Amino acid sequence: MKSILNKAVLTLGTLFMAFELSAQTEGASGSNIFIYTLVGIAVILFFGMLINVADNLIGIEAKQNNIDVEEGGLALIPGFKHLFGGKVADYTANAPVTILRRGHDILLEGEASGAVKVASGVTRYAVQPPNFRGLQPIPKMTVEVGASVKAGDQIFFDKQMPDVAFVTPVSGEVIELNRGAKRAITEIVILADKKQEYRTFNQPDYKTADRETILNFMKESGGWSLLRQRPYNTIPNPEVTPRDIFVSTFDSAPLAPDSAVIVAGQEAAFQAGIDVLARLTDGQVHLGLDGRGETAPPAAFTEASNASKRYFKGKHPVGNVGVQIHHTAPVGGNDVVWVLGVQEVITLGKLFQEGRFDASRVVALAGAELQIPHYVRTYPGANVGELLKGNLKQDHVRYISGDVLSGEQKTPNGYLNFYDDQLTVIKEGDYYEMFGWLLPLSPRPTISNTFPNFLFPKVKFEADTNTHGEKRAFVVTNAYEQVMPMDVYPQQIMKSILVNDIERMEGLGILELVEEDVALCEFVCVSKQPLQQILRQGLETMREQG
Amino acid sequence: MKKALLNFFERIEPDKAKSPLLHTAYDAFFTFAFTPNTVTAKGVHIRDGMDLKRTMVTVVVALQLLYVFGTYNIGNQHFHALGMYTGTFEAIHLKIFYGLVKILPIFVVTHLVGLGVEFYYAAKKGHAVEEGFLVSGALIPLIMPPDIPLWILSIAIIFAVVIGKEAFGGTGMNILNIALLARVFVFFAYPTYISGDEVWIAGIEKVGAGAYAGQEYGGIYGILDSIFGAFGWATFGEGKQAVVDGFTGATPLGLAAKGGWAAVTEHYSVSDMWWGHIPGSIGETSKPLVLIGALMLILTKVADWRIMVSAVVGFVLCGLMVNGIAPDTFGPETAGVFKFMAVPWYYHFYMGSFFFAMAFMATDPVTAASTATGKWIYGFFIGFIGLIIRVLNPAYPEGWMLAILFMNVFAPLIDHYVFEANVKRRAKRQVALAKARVEAAPASATTVTAE
Repeated sequence: MKSILNKAVLTLGTLFMAFELSAQTEGASGSNIFIYTLVGIAVILFFGMLINVADNLIGIEAKQNNIDVEEGGLALIPGFKHLFGGKVADYTANAPVTILRRGHDILLEGEASGAVKVASGVTRYAVQPPNFRGLQPIPKMTVEVGASVKAGDQIFFDKQMPDVAFVTPVSGEVIELNRGAKRAITEIVILADKKQEYRTFNQPDYKTADRETILNFMKESGGWSLLRQRPYNTIPNPEVTPRDIFVSTFDSAPLAPDSAVIVAGQEAAFQAGIDVLARLTDGQVHLGLDGRGETAPPAAFTEASNASKRYFKGKHPVGNVGVQIHHTAPVGGNDVVWVLGVQEVITLGKLFQEGRFDASRVVALAGAELQIPHYVRTYPGANVGELLKGNLKQDHVRYISGDVLSGEQKTPNGYLNFYDDQLTVIKEGDYYEMFGWLLPLSPRPTISNTFPNFLFPKVKFEADTNTHGEKRAFVVTNAYEQVMPMDVYPQQIMKSILVNDIERMEGLGILELVEEDVALCEFVCVSKQPLQQILRQGLETMREQG
Repeated sequence: MKKALLNFFERIEPDKAKSPLLHTAYDAFFTFAFTPNTVTAKGVHIRDGMDLKRTMVTVVVALQLLYVFGTYNIGNQHFHALGMYTGTFEAIHLKIFYGLVKILPIFVVTHLVGLGVEFYYAAKKGHAVEEGFLVSGALIPLIMPPDIPLWILSIAIIFAVVIGKEAFGGTGMNILNIALLARVFVFFAYPTYISGDEVWIAGIEKVGAGAYAGQEYGGIYGILDSIFGAFGWATFGEGKQAVVDGFTGATPLGLAAKGGWAAVTEHYSVSDMWWGHIPGSIGETSKPLVLIGALMLILTKVADWRIMVSAVVGFVLCGLMVNGIAPDTFGPETAGVFKFMAVPWYYHFYMGSFFFAMAFMATDPVTAASTATGKWIYGFFIGFIGLIIRVLNPAYPEGWMLAILFMNVFAPLIDHYVFEANVKRRAKRQVALAKARVEAAPASATTVTAE
């Protein structure tokens, strides 16, 4: 890189010198100012060149003596990353760092804080087959309404993968089987026991057992449902060995839970989970570490063994595993990688340590419409209304399982999605705003400099669900690029999805994306286009085409 | 007050099925007054406060100074030609009102015709009125000569909106810049109204071979006179005054094409050209005000700075080139084009509408290249080709309109190759990655700065 830069500087310098000389000889029609300008540029370039050469010599010298130029501050000219990339904190000393310039942190009121409480009032939990992407819409049930189950008991399987069990995270009685469009099963509701009972498995020793045994145990015990596969974000096919496994240890989405809270007390389980994963792939387990803060992330992450670690610094979506994959070892062609969240790794670790499916997880109850945003410990699929009971400021709100960008809207009678560890509550925005497009009367998050927001980067907002405008054709072309820290052209991908140009979609990298990666683009979209929906449509097309 | 207005709007809402055109117009005005109360459905739950209306209106706001100055300059040029009120602030009320009488009909007709077409198509296609014409409608009056007949203007706008935009599917789908399309229509269909020496100064009539006189002031001017007279201010009077000796209605570019820089400075000083006290299209003449608008667009990120910067680069490079090949000395027989070529490159900034075209026309996000790389190339060629047309084209001593429309056509091709490069880069990276896996090299501790 540096040598190319040097060459460019040298060539340019020579060119300008030649230009300047020729201008002097024929200079009659030109003016003196022009010549002086060129002479000035040439002089600057000449000295720039001298410094550059000197800089390079220092670099070579340092290399021969095995001195890290960056470390020792030996360079005469600061590199691009020193000028624009921002400073990397000291704790990243030994791991590689990726600094992302693009992105945007949406700062919202209502961040969860404090100690993790046990969610006591929740009685109903649901397993929702649509949470597991890639299954047939009507799975084969193995329990009936009225049956009593223990945590870890199989409740359904998919007809394409009959040996993969989907299990219940809680013990209790199956009380409802809710169906959606085309009679697809959407919720299997379980009335939980006061005291949880677990089905016990004979877990293999993950350090010595062969891969086959580990795989079979995961399929039988529900561990398989913790995995997701990229591309497509589906439940992985057991017959395909992943190239790598990626775990992002932090979440940069608005109001996302702090992973230090999640992992506190679960360090051993996390390490066990990583060890299991390392047995499942021929490649590596990659941990994406949080390089944004002043202090190092928890030791459970930074000192995890059996995994390759990389720090990421930047703004949202830097915590998205898709972005981290893109900057570590991108997916493409026939590559398949698996991804897990921190909580899934912990559950997997416990499964192998204790031989039971203990899916309890920390969930952040967040949002400006909550009286006390806080953390609770509960199980996947907890009832939304029961989780939030007595904690709402008012009724006219939206319940979101997940974050405000890529989460799913729920009713108070709905249930938290399986992989989500965040429940966000924000105001509904069904009001008219007079000349709202011209004069913003209420503060709102935006990346646009036509609002005064850019002057106050630290202000937190109480966002609502108003669309702030109507849907239009794609007009503005540089909005997505400001927030997309990947080498893709989101707008062009969306357009090729809309015209069903499969070759172009794949060529431009649709396989590297899932909904959450374009969620921020959708947020900033001036034309209010539904990018996540379009992307999913494209991914489904790709998947059908095989 | 807000409540009352909302109630009023609800009461007058026409039936959508019975009168679609009326409902469309109603909807357009309603969404103009109030941002709709729609909430997000699927996908993201919160949306950025920015929408297309706001994007467009930012451009319109950036153009306002040009409207003010353009109005003044119409009157100023008119009275200058007559040798009256030559001071900048002398009889400023006459100049402004004279300009208003000229510019208001153009503005009103532009919007009536343009929005009429938009409303009609929106009703016919059953979608909301899109705000594309907000900007086109603000730009078109600024790039017309002050005396443009309103019927020509109307035809040009109908042509631009129907053929240029609606035929392609409406706002966001057009290939060519709508405002420039309206102008290029006038340029090719009614060339005598938009090129040559006699069109750039309002209200000057030819009364014989080489003899010009000011227009007669009647009608509205009479009414204005009675008001001004009451205040004891200067009045328009009768009119029909002969123009001053040595008058030229030519723009600096027109002069430069004939006699080079010497011919330009004979009539206009450099500072007049910079501040905009020269004949030309209504809104393009004042460079500082255009640059203020451009700066506003850059700061709000509504227009892309890459296009502007690379257009300047292309402009300067091409300017240096034509300077380089220009002859050193001129005889009396030397053709005007050689003298034009010898105009120092930096003086080209003072003449014509380069800044206006660069800031407001080239950066149109719909018709420009959409990728960052593409924008550099696109802008560069606009600057480069535009100057070639300006200097070397004998028929029309200004190049931006044609250069931008030309590059509009090429923008999709530029983007295509940028995308192809991305596809190739991606494929190559995958191969390299696979190779690295085979060699199984351990990851080294490096710091990467990425996008």
